[in-house]
Amino acid sequence: MTEITCVSCPVGCLMAVTQQNSQISVTGNECPAGLEYAKEELTAPTRNIATSIKVTGGHMTMLSVKTATPIPKSKIMAAVAEIHKITAAAPVAIGDIILENVTGTGVNIVATREVKAVGFAHTHPLF
Amino acid sequence: MNLCIIGGGPAGLSAAIRAREDGLEDVLVIERADSLGGILNQCIHHGFGVHVFKEELTGPEYSQRLIDRALKLGVKFALGAMVIDIEEDRTVTYVSPRGLTSLKPGAVVLAMGCRERSRGAIGIPGGRGSGVYSAGTAQEMVNMKGFKLGQKVVILGSGDIGLIMARRMALEGADVLGVYEIAPHSGGLKRNIAQCLNDYGIPLFLSHTVTRTKGLKTLEGVYVAKVDENYQPIPDTEHFIPCDTLLLSVGLIPENELATKINVEMSPITGGAIVNNRLETSIPGVFAAGNALHVHDLVDHVTLESYDAAANAVKFIRGQLPPATHSTIVTPGHGVRYTVPMALIPGEPMYTISFRSSGIYSPCEIKISADGETIRSIKKRAIIPSEMERVRFVLKNPAKEVKVEIL
Ligand SMILES: Cc1cc2nc3c(=O)[nH]c(=O)nc-3n(C[C@H](O)[C@H](O)[C@H](O)COP(=O)(O)OP(=O)(O)OC[C@H]3O[C@@H](n4cnc5c(N)ncnc54)[C@H](O)[C@@H]3O)c2cc1C
Repeated sequence: MTEITCVSCPVGCLMAVTQQNSQISVTGNECPAGLEYAKEELTAPTRNIATSIKVTGGHMTMLSVKTATPIPKSKIMAAVAEIHKITAAAPVAIGDIILENVTGTGVNIVATREVKAVGFAHTHPLF
Repeated sequence: MNLCIIGGGPAGLSAAIRAREDGLEDVLVIERADSLGGILNQCIHHGFGVHVFKEELTGPEYSQRLIDRALKLGVKFALGAMVIDIEEDRTVTYVSPRGLTSLKPGAVVLAMGCRERSRGAIGIPGGRGSGVYSAGTAQEMVNMKGFKLGQKVVILGSGDIGLIMARRMALEGADVLGVYEIAPHSGGLKRNIAQCLNDYGIPLFLSHTVTRTKGLKTLEGVYVAKVDENYQPIPDTEHFIPCDTLLLSVGLIPENELATKINVEMSPITGGAIVNNRLETSIPGVFAAGNALHVHDLVDHVTLESYDAAANAVKFIRGQLPPATHSTIVTPGHGVRYTVPMALIPGEPMYTISFRSSGIYSPCEIKISADGETIRSIKKRAIIPSEMERVRFVLKNPAKEVKVEIL
């Protein structure tokens, strides 16, 4: 028996999940979404992660990045270690791929903010 | 100068967008930082925009969408510009690299956001060694500046910022020893407890607090203790936890020095202005929205509220907002800690009230009544204090009082 908090909605049911062979059963869920979530959590849990890496030559020194789609939960720490080894170079646009196929998951790491190349600060009307 | 918006976070940007969309020519956003986006720039995690943009974005992505739209619509900006004074006739004065500027807009939107409650405000005794940060400051240092904070981390307060930072520190390779919460329930979303604490094996200690800190130059550790039902530490439960970092996530305070300067009537509960359904304060032509008005859980709600404030500010400037001769009082009933707005001016086809509960209710019903007569009831599976509720209703007949309660 495993206890899992369902995150499908804000109610956050605390569910007792039991697995017998390939049969997964759940108690404590108030709706069917709980069963689906429990199945995924027991067989192939995934998560999105976000972090920041260094960026050179830009108007900022750190660039925030994220997984483009969720990765297996078991790969989180390995993925972060791989991402933190990278230094990006400005200019960077939102959505630019910073790293392909992180830890062999097939998922790309993409930029979540724009970093302009230096020199921009003096010419752009906003700065 | 038509509309002046103080603060260039999501509230200010959303207000500016709406004012331009409604055709107002001259819209200026004054922001004291060198860039727009407010606090969202440092909130690099997922979970923003599900309602407004129908997709799950990170904080910087959400604010960039607003910035792009505002620029496209021709909103004007003053950056590195801090508003230092405002007068009752709405004269706004700011300092910027260009010096001192004063202007007298047709209307003002207060969108200054909020700041974090500090260590002093909750009074933890002990040495003032380095290693004690508010959670939001730590978030900025790690996410924006790339600083490494400590390796052994204790977090006080289980609000969402504390939970998000627990995960963030774990991803940075730190050992997060625990999140200590004085209340018997967490101040954060269950989702965040599952994904920020449970995923990383970080324990949550409810009914616990940090009683004092040790370390004169740098933090050497903290004393924690269980608390009784009156939140008083139980002496013989106190014990020492060696750590080099203490993050405080102990609440947010709307930033309203400007509002109090012109004697805007303030709510002691929200820390923001008292507003009517137009989101207009007690000073005509001065509107408020976002975290400066009350602390929001979701930035999506900030955007929607700011749209409303701006739409009314535009009407005010055009003389289309008839002065309120009388209004309906909104009272928080059973289970409701506060409501925004606090008064309704008759004549609107639909009203929106935001509120927070004072406890956990599940399952329950939200009841809206006008002078004792139920006008709307909504069944809910659960209402928790950390989540803001928004209800909409029609008020057919004039009423003295509208009451919101949780049954
Ligand atoms: C540390 C922290 C973490 C958060 N994390 C999350 C999260 O994970 N998810 C979520 O949905 N919400 C989060 N929130 C809530 C989030 O702040 C709000 O949803 C939203 O950012 C509020 O927008 P705002 O524009 O009202 O305030 P802000 O984003 O704070 O913007 C206010 C702006 O006004 C400017 N300003 C203030 N005073 C002046 C002045 N006198 N002159 C000129 N400019 C001024 C400030 O510099 C700032 O840019 C967090 C809040 C904080 C404080």
